[in-house]
Amino acid sequence: MTSSDVNVAEGEDPSEFEGGAYWFRQGVKGAVCLPTLILMMAFVGFTSLASEVGLTLVEVLMMSLFLWALPSIVVLTGAMSVGAGLIPTAIAVAFSAVRLMPMTVALMPILRDGKRTKTWHMLVVSHFVAVTAWVFAMRNLPSFPRAARLPFFAGFGAAVQLAVLCSTTVSYVLLPVVDGPIAAGLVMLTPVYFMFSMYQASRTGGDRAALLLGLILGPLFYYLFPGADLLLTGIVGGTVAFAGWLFATRRAEL
Amino acid sequence: MSEIYGSVWWPYVMILVAGFLATECWRWIGVFAAGRLSEDSLLFAWVRAVATALVAGIIARLILFPDGVLGDVPVWLRLAAVAAGVVGYKLFNDRLILGIVTAEVVLIGGWAVMP
Repeated sequence: MTSSDVNVAEGEDPSEFEGGAYWFRQGVKGAVCLPTLILMMAFVGFTSLASEVGLTLVEVLMMSLFLWALPSIVVLTGAMSVGAGLIPTAIAVAFSAVRLMPMTVALMPILRDGKRTKTWHMLVVSHFVAVTAWVFAMRNLPSFPRAARLPFFAGFGAAVQLAVLCSTTVSYVLLPVVDGPIAAGLVMLTPVYFMFSMYQASRTGGDRAALLLGLILGPLFYYLFPGADLLLTGIVGGTVAFAGWLFATRRAEL
Repeated sequence: MSEIYGSVWWPYVMILVAGFLATECWRWIGVFAAGRLSEDSLLFAWVRAVATALVAGIIARLILFPDGVLGDVPVWLRLAAVAAGVVGYKLFNDRLILGIVTAEVVLIGGWAVMP
């Protein structure tokens, strides 16, 4: 890191690469944390559901590897278990994954190191955008040097995903289908964990208002506008929260 | 497509097309949409609020309209578990784990003792 600070004019100096490898390893170490453990347990709940509806281990691992967004994985599992068609399933999964777009947009300005960051690097690490890594990155990365952020995030994301794939394999092979209260508890982990993580990742009163509004508007729009409910919840809840926060904090300037 | 449908390859086509492409495209769109968006712009704050509200919508849906076994738990018990989790989280100084443990204890315990 220190040597790369000396030749900042040269983007191609080898010390930059060393710096990247160092921060990647730091990211891997950073993944040894409570959220990773909670996510592993939440995936055990999904694995149990998946083996109950007859998905093979390879299918379960492919879904974890390629989708990497638990709510969307649950939607796809449901569709595959009832034999739904390709297009309706793709639409349902796409709707459940819309949130990944604004999450990625919100993360990119934090990850990017000016013009030095290549677009294909961003496209590759964007695969790790999911609640766990996103919350961790939004909370912790702003205090890191710019050049460290992307490699750290890549190391963190890769390590969390590898840990989840391992624990998924172990639980699929070893654990019988969990049932009753314990299974319900494992399924409940995802929303409860998401809720507290999002609260911890909030930076402003606007973010907290958006969280509260989303919780209220989500079920309301589910009844009023089925199908478009999630999208509307995000846009309406987010915009109202943002406008309210802007008005409350900048009243003097307006 | 009709030849693939029902074959051994069908689940993999589903996972790659209806799963991978349907989720990953949003991340790629996000990378390009971010453009040169600055970390302290108002647009950035708005996008963050929209992302937060969207995830909150998913949270509410997973709790109120769940698939599978969680749906067998009465809705009042699910809500009581969440409320207890919030109380636990605040009571123990914003500790993530204690909020989760409180919610889980109320949910699992509540359902286990139900007649």
